[in-house]
Amino acid sequence: MADLYTLGIDVGSTASKCLILKNGQEIAAKSLVDVGAGTSGPKRAIDAVLANAGMEAGDLAYTLATGYGRMSLMGLADRQMSELSCHAKGAAFLFPGVHTVIDIGGQDVKVLHIDDGVMVNFQMNDKCAAGTGRFLDVMARVLEVKVEEMGRLGALSTKQVAISSTCTVFAESEVISQLAQGTDRNDIIAGIHRSVASRVVGLAHRIGVQQQVVMTGGVAQNTGVVEALKDQLGCEIFTSPLTQYNGALGAALFAYQCATK
Amino acid sequence: MSIENRLQEFAKTAASPRQLLDNYKKAGKKVIGVLPYYAPEELVYAAGMIPMGMWGSNKKTISRAKEYCATFYCTIAQLALEMLLDGTMDQLDGIITPTICDTLRPMSQNFRVAMGDKMSVIFLAHPQNRFDSFGLQFCVDQYTNVKKELEKVAGKEITDDDIREAIRVYNESRAARRAFVKLAAEHPDVITATSRSNVLKAAWFMPKNVYTVMLKALNEELAALPACDWKGTKIVTSGIICDNPHLLAALEENQIAIVADDVAHESRAFRTDVPEDDDPMMALAKQFAAIDYDVLLYDPASAKNRRGEFVANLVKESRAQGLVLFMQQFCDPEEMEYPYLKKALDNAGIPHIKLGIDQQMRDFGQAQTALQAFADVLAMQ
Repeated sequence: MADLYTLGIDVGSTASKCLILKNGQEIAAKSLVDVGAGTSGPKRAIDAVLANAGMEAGDLAYTLATGYGRMSLMGLADRQMSELSCHAKGAAFLFPGVHTVIDIGGQDVKVLHIDDGVMVNFQMNDKCAAGTGRFLDVMARVLEVKVEEMGRLGALSTKQVAISSTCTVFAESEVISQLAQGTDRNDIIAGIHRSVASRVVGLAHRIGVQQQVVMTGGVAQNTGVVEALKDQLGCEIFTSPLTQYNGALGAALFAYQCATK
Repeated sequence: MSIENRLQEFAKTAASPRQLLDNYKKAGKKVIGVLPYYAPEELVYAAGMIPMGMWGSNKKTISRAKEYCATFYCTIAQLALEMLLDGTMDQLDGIITPTICDTLRPMSQNFRVAMGDKMSVIFLAHPQNRFDSFGLQFCVDQYTNVKKELEKVAGKEITDDDIREAIRVYNESRAARRAFVKLAAEHPDVITATSRSNVLKAAWFMPKNVYTVMLKALNEELAALPACDWKGTKIVTSGIICDNPHLLAALEENQIAIVADDVAHESRAFRTDVPEDDDPMMALAKQFAAIDYDVLLYDPASAKNRRGEFVANLVKESRAQGLVLFMQQFCDPEEMEYPYLKKALDNAGIPHIKLGIDQQMRDFGQAQTALQAFADVLAMQ
């Protein structure tokens, strides 16, 4: 029987991710473009993943879109699904024992409760940007550091600095105030990580945290946030090198289910 | 007339309160704006005037109302005032301002100051203790004040017979709406979330006798339809108001049907009839006392979580798979009550989500995602 290739596309608010699965098991190719919904990112990511796989669109058995910009791909994709379902699917594929998924994306936070690989409950943040990737982007800009360096720099902190966890705008003012007072930048970064974690922990406890806990989404690459979450949840948190592709992976898995139905 | 045409009529009415107000005024009618919750609209009808519900707007932005309102007032109340200040609804001859919630109580005075001599602003304080004879009498006294003020606006006396006739008309309308809600649940293929909302919303803008004739005709046609084999999911909605077209469209896109509701703007407003065999003013007070399982009303046995269990039973009895709570931002009563509702739903094994909304919401991406994910959760169960 010929191999079956399915494509998952996760168009987030800040990045577009694609992943091609072979026979619903093996990752054939992936791509990531650092711009998301409403930009050229999705098309560029699709072109890139096809080029990486040495394939053409016609070689794909099924394409499924997810993420904030999923609706805009309905001409290209066969179906769209919410990123919550796809993150649950992806996390259960990577970590079969998962019960809690914490996904911190560019503009929202989701906590998923999973039983037997199926999402049975979830919580999303309200409209506030506190605790999201956007919060970290804003803080990185004020601190004049790259967001991807924040994990390493925060680990160098020697003193606890409290940053408000309630509002991105007020927290930004707090950071500026701390900088004006000469507070060490690394201490401020560690305080920001704790601030993000406290926001997410509050959300997670609303549906209950059951181990194994897996963190997905771009912010899972920030070791400072992961460590702060471990500290505040009091349990191990598992991440994968594929964390940013987790939604696209879940979409490709659902696409395989649809193709073989 | 086809069902589709009838639904279009309701949709047109629900979408154009300003046009209707113009029409009423051109026809020489006097019109009274009625703010939430539980104002005795029957008295307005009995005075020969048209009551129009004022539940904010999904199209307006709060601007001029900010001059009068605290920032923590809900958008429903603020946008109701905005429409009186920006010329949308300022042709009204008066408004009734009930004071059941912590926003509407001080807001009643903001309306009074903002309107000045422009229109009559009629204050209404319902009793907290509404069951005992003193509570009933307090309610009668309050309603009598409202009646006197309405008589001044109408320029005529409201007789007991006028009120009895109004009670009859309103009971008939409430019964028709309850029947419609059941029929809508049986035919989600025909009555979408949007059309269901339009039908129920139109009731706030039309004379009830005219509305009821239209609704009964629709109900008859719905009752004659063959049974629907709905493949999507079924939910119960809860909250203060659930009329945002984008949110309703998101329900439809995800094949989610509303089979019952616990919404203040919808079923909570017509669950309870007025006794027809009593002194009419006392009958209106007795109706207020008989309203039960409401977030906004005092329940001496609230510790037993009767309301939570009532809503959980509503979900079960209507054979819904879950509940969507549309939580109005800054609605203290709903926010305070949520843990009890959650507990009752969790105990009954009923999945639910809470969507934070307000009437100035313009981005629906997150809500659409949550509704789609909820549909997935329900479908997988």
